[in-house]
Amino acid sequence: MSEKVLMKGNEAIAEAAIRAGCRHYFGYPITPQTELAAYMAKRMPKIDGVFLQAESEIAAINMVYGVSSAGLRVMTSSSSPGVSLKQEGISYIAGSDLPALIVNVERGGPGLGGIQPSQSDYFQATKGGGHGDYHLIVLTPASVQEMADLTALAFDLSDKYRVPAMLLADGTIGQMMEPVELPAESGCTVEKPWAVTGTKMQRRHNIVNSLYLVPEELERTNIERFERYAQIEANEVRYEKFMTEDADVCVVAFGIAARVSKNAVIAARNEGIKAGLIRPITVWPFPKKAIAEAAKHVKGFVSVELSMGQMIEDVRLACECTRPVSLCSRVGGMIPSPDEVLESIKKMNGGLK
Amino acid sequence: MTTEILIAGFGGQGVLFAGKFLAYKGLLENRHLSWLPSYGPEMRGGTANCSVILSDDNVGSPIVSKPDVLIAMNLPSLDKFEKDVVPGGTIYVESTLISRKVARDDVKVFYVPATELAKSIGAPTLANMVMIGKFIRESGAVSYDELDAALKKVVSARHADLLEINLKAITTGYQY
Amino acid sequence: MVVFEKPKSLTDAEFHYCPGCTHGIIHRLVAEAIDATGCEGNAVGVAPVGCAVMAYNYFACDMVEAAHGRAPAVATGLKRAMPDHVIFTYQGDGDLASIGMAETVHAAARNENITVIFVNNAIYGMTGGQMAPTSLPGQVTQTSPYGRDVKTAGYPVKVCEILRDLDGPEFIARVAVNNVKNVRNAKKIIQKAFENQIAGKGFSLVEVVSSCPTNWGMTPVKALEWVEEKMIPYYPLGVYKDRSAKEEN
Repeated sequence: MSEKVLMKGNEAIAEAAIRAGCRHYFGYPITPQTELAAYMAKRMPKIDGVFLQAESEIAAINMVYGVSSAGLRVMTSSSSPGVSLKQEGISYIAGSDLPALIVNVERGGPGLGGIQPSQSDYFQATKGGGHGDYHLIVLTPASVQEMADLTALAFDLSDKYRVPAMLLADGTIGQMMEPVELPAESGCTVEKPWAVTGTKMQRRHNIVNSLYLVPEELERTNIERFERYAQIEANEVRYEKFMTEDADVCVVAFGIAARVSKNAVIAARNEGIKAGLIRPITVWPFPKKAIAEAAKHVKGFVSVELSMGQMIEDVRLACECTRPVSLCSRVGGMIPSPDEVLESIKKMNGGLK
Repeated sequence: MTTEILIAGFGGQGVLFAGKFLAYKGLLENRHLSWLPSYGPEMRGGTANCSVILSDDNVGSPIVSKPDVLIAMNLPSLDKFEKDVVPGGTIYVESTLISRKVARDDVKVFYVPATELAKSIGAPTLANMVMIGKFIRESGAVSYDELDAALKKVVSARHADLLEINLKAITTGYQY
Repeated sequence: MVVFEKPKSLTDAEFHYCPGCTHGIIHRLVAEAIDATGCEGNAVGVAPVGCAVMAYNYFACDMVEAAHGRAPAVATGLKRAMPDHVIFTYQGDGDLASIGMAETVHAAARNENITVIFVNNAIYGMTGGQMAPTSLPGQVTQTSPYGRDVKTAGYPVKVCEILRDLDGPEFIARVAVNNVKNVRNAKKIIQKAFENQIAGKGFSLVEVVSSCPTNWGMTPVKALEWVEEKMIPYYPLGVYKDRSAKEEN
């Protein structure tokens, strides 16, 4: 076991990425993720890596597309408005079946919004974001430790399935420091015969591409991709259950909202209310089965979010509306307090009396 | 045991630094902890605050909305956060800059003329660490031993010459 | 004795370009440069969005299809990932000088060691003949049906003139392929743009003044005359910047 160090969440992502063998980072300054870029700027030149501050978010994501085409681990990071700009490139990366890591340290929106924490890019992250039928593997860290661990996992999953991965964090987890045990050095273990590394006059040329002008061909690539998505949904769902076994009220929350919710669940238990928490670690694929399982015995769900209610739709779908689902949320950079969550738990608990 | 600490003041008073010191001290003592700064334009000359949680167990929410301990380095911070401190909690007031008294009677209060004390040791910018010294003395939340090990983590190598004066500021507060 | 053959670095795929289009000539010149420098096995090309969108089927080296205008950013990624490889982009005027202007200018400013082939035919060809950033004043297109009015649509963008004032780029030149003499010169210049990269010199861009008979509404011969009479006077040919040559002098 390596020694624990104190790091900001944003820095932990950067160091974990380097340890996962990522030697190419492209970004553009934006609060509240700038520490990540600054860390890369400092470290990359010392390990023969590449840090490049791109002229725009659009250029940065396309540089990512270039490096990934060459078969190497690569990432970019930004915050909400910048991630909107990247959507074109993300769609192309998805359409070209390239692995990549995109980090979104979310801030409040829409528009220029604010710079304080938010989770209001949930739809954008989990339902597509750019044009076309596609998904990202979306991981939601709730601690600095998970910022590191899920970064390494994101690279692995992305390489394995040839699906871009997104780390969906928020300003709080990005800015906070906690002790973290950094993951061991690793790297890509899958072959990438599709990479454009030069034919060496030994093989037919490889083409990285998302253009298919023949509808039958484009349909076939979409269906093939969705078969991989089905595998991901079957194999890669991750979540944490906390006191859900006998719960009457089940809170569903991720990231910083889950941290607050855990306090509220403990407070509710102290008051004799059987509350529990399901914390999705992957929000795509969403832990549908865990929700459906809980729906068999809970009175209802409380979706705690830093948005006007986005994940709540997935909770309702997962329990097939067999149980009421209420929303406890603050937006614009505000974070619900444990008391506010507790209040929602009580309401749900008493609602069906 | 869990101690939720809120340190607040003007940007430039070393509020985040003081919090970082406590966080590293906690780390070296194998405590569970979190450190969360306010961030953004408000840091540049405006008010700044940071939340530090030290605990024997996993830290839940890193956001300190009901502090056990408030270290108020200026009047706006005291005005803003005084009401949030839990009953039975503690408020440390920087009394060189804050002339008013704490209105509540259900909290313990220490008035520390930290800026004045810092000036007296020739380090006028280290009022933050003087307050930390007093906090360590009164709370026992972290130990008074091996301060320099934690300081070395927060004072960058190129400012190593500042280690000693920081230590002196903490000691000054501790002894006040 | 073989007196004429297809460059080795072109595939056997048939070009989809319109009759009289000069993309075919330019593809060939690029392929000849790849052959001449012997870099095919080590080369990766980046295709644009525009008429040359399917260039990835024509060049025998590894190819990547970029989003509209983003080829220099994609090429930057490729080059940074594989500094020993030869990376080139092939882009049209809408791609390079309109939607991708930022990527173009910044790749040049960074002196990114890539080769950019910029085909300027003063029109959006693939979408059916709309006004391009390089359409001439008064030029009639689908979206400038009364002729490009500079009062509302602004003036054409002169890419070589803009880029030469940057400190970054190594080599900026404008050529044409409207007659044999110009084609021969274009071949030389394009080859130099590849040699520069192989020698590690940096960003080399060759603008090729080209024709689009279909969307200009002209016969191929008439279109080449229009290049000579209208295009070249507005877009003078020549080497706009050659840092190494300057340093040698």
